[in-house]
Amino acid sequence: MSRFAWRVGTLVASRPETATARTLVLDVPGWPGHLAGQRVDVRLTAADGYTARRSYSIASAPDGTTVELTVQRVADGEVSPYLTGTFAPGYPIGIRGPVGGWFVYSPERPEPVLLVAGGSGIVPLMAMLRAREAAGVRVPFRLVYSVRTPADVIYASELRRDRPGVDVALHFTREAPPEARRPPGRITPSRLAEVGWPPDFAPTVYVCGPNGFVEHVTTILVAQGHDPSRIRTERFGPSGP
Amino acid sequence: MDIVTPGFTGRPRRDGPALPPGQYLEEGFPVMSAGPTPRVDIDRWRFTLTTETGVSKSWTWAELRALPAETITTDLHCVTQWSKLGTSWRGVPVETLLEGIDTAADYAMAGSYGGYTTNLPLADLVDGQAWIAYEFEGEPLPAQHGGPARLLVPHLYLWKSAKWVNSLRLMLTDEPGFWEQAGYHEYGDPWREQRYSGD
Repeated sequence: MSRFAWRVGTLVASRPETATARTLVLDVPGWPGHLAGQRVDVRLTAADGYTARRSYSIASAPDGTTVELTVQRVADGEVSPYLTGTFAPGYPIGIRGPVGGWFVYSPERPEPVLLVAGGSGIVPLMAMLRAREAAGVRVPFRLVYSVRTPADVIYASELRRDRPGVDVALHFTREAPPEARRPPGRITPSRLAEVGWPPDFAPTVYVCGPNGFVEHVTTILVAQGHDPSRIRTERFGPSGP
Repeated sequence: MDIVTPGFTGRPRRDGPALPPGQYLEEGFPVMSAGPTPRVDIDRWRFTLTTETGVSKSWTWAELRALPAETITTDLHCVTQWSKLGTSWRGVPVETLLEGIDTAADYAMAGSYGGYTTNLPLADLVDGQAWIAYEFEGEPLPAQHGGPARLLVPHLYLWKSAKWVNSLRLMLTDEPGFWEQAGYHEYGDPWREQRYSGD
């Protein structure tokens, strides 16, 4: 069976991550395995045969036939309100993949890694952190995670856990927690320089988030001397032309 | 018959122009790029066409803009399932750049500032099917969407419409480009849903 053939995934469990994001644990018999950072296409079919398809990043490290997706509910969306609402254990969806061979992290790589997430852009980057941990490697990681408010932090408790060699910096754009040392606002060059890696460490950089965020962050990183060929991006959401 | 996902109804069914299989309508204009957006100064911009024998010809920005341009209104189909209808572009037909070029090539590799590449049959770049586009909706094409100029080949999935295009290399045999090496389809026809290699 081809990697790109449609399979049936069955929801085995789900858990809330925030008020609007939910992790779906799917069992996909025949799943060929994936690399951290890859996506899947999912297909939902209504009783009249109508289908809708979307692409979602995989949140989990490779683990047999289990594939976890974290879906952020989009208020006027067609698919995400269903997946974060009605979709219940035992229900099937069509799934195929993994897709994408560029925005991926392999634990064999020795160079330091900088992850920069905006909002639900954390999902494929979390898969990278989890893959690093699952492989037991010591490659130094830094994660910079920009969110609107403390309530929007996906994977909050997992990210609080101490991991040797992993630094996690949360950045708040609309509302910061009381203990924060800086007011909320868009991430700045000095903040990125403080919590990221210097360019001469030659890290591989993964940036994922809404397009405006990715554009902002990558412009800063290139200006600070990071080699554009070491910066990999995954963008989502519409943007004005 | 596909498996039914219980309780999923989807949007009200839409009348109007059919979309290619598996696509949904997008009102915005999402961006798909593998890396940082290259910032290309038009004073240094060059477009270079190279034949299979190594003969090459280059255009400056001024030379490109001096060529006869066309206005194109077309639908766009991205492999990540969104389609955007009725977009308006202005650019120079690729066929114009091929005038007077001596070639027996059947394929071409488009190359971009930033290192992106994508392969296409040469037959898909002529006969009013492909342009070097530099305006979008009456405005200069923004860098995020591939400006100052991108390839526009709207009858194929949008990754074939290389952003920040700066070269076209003509080839006797087909070779995979950037996404094609990563498992995407070598041709990419949305109406035959050629998303991935083997589709």
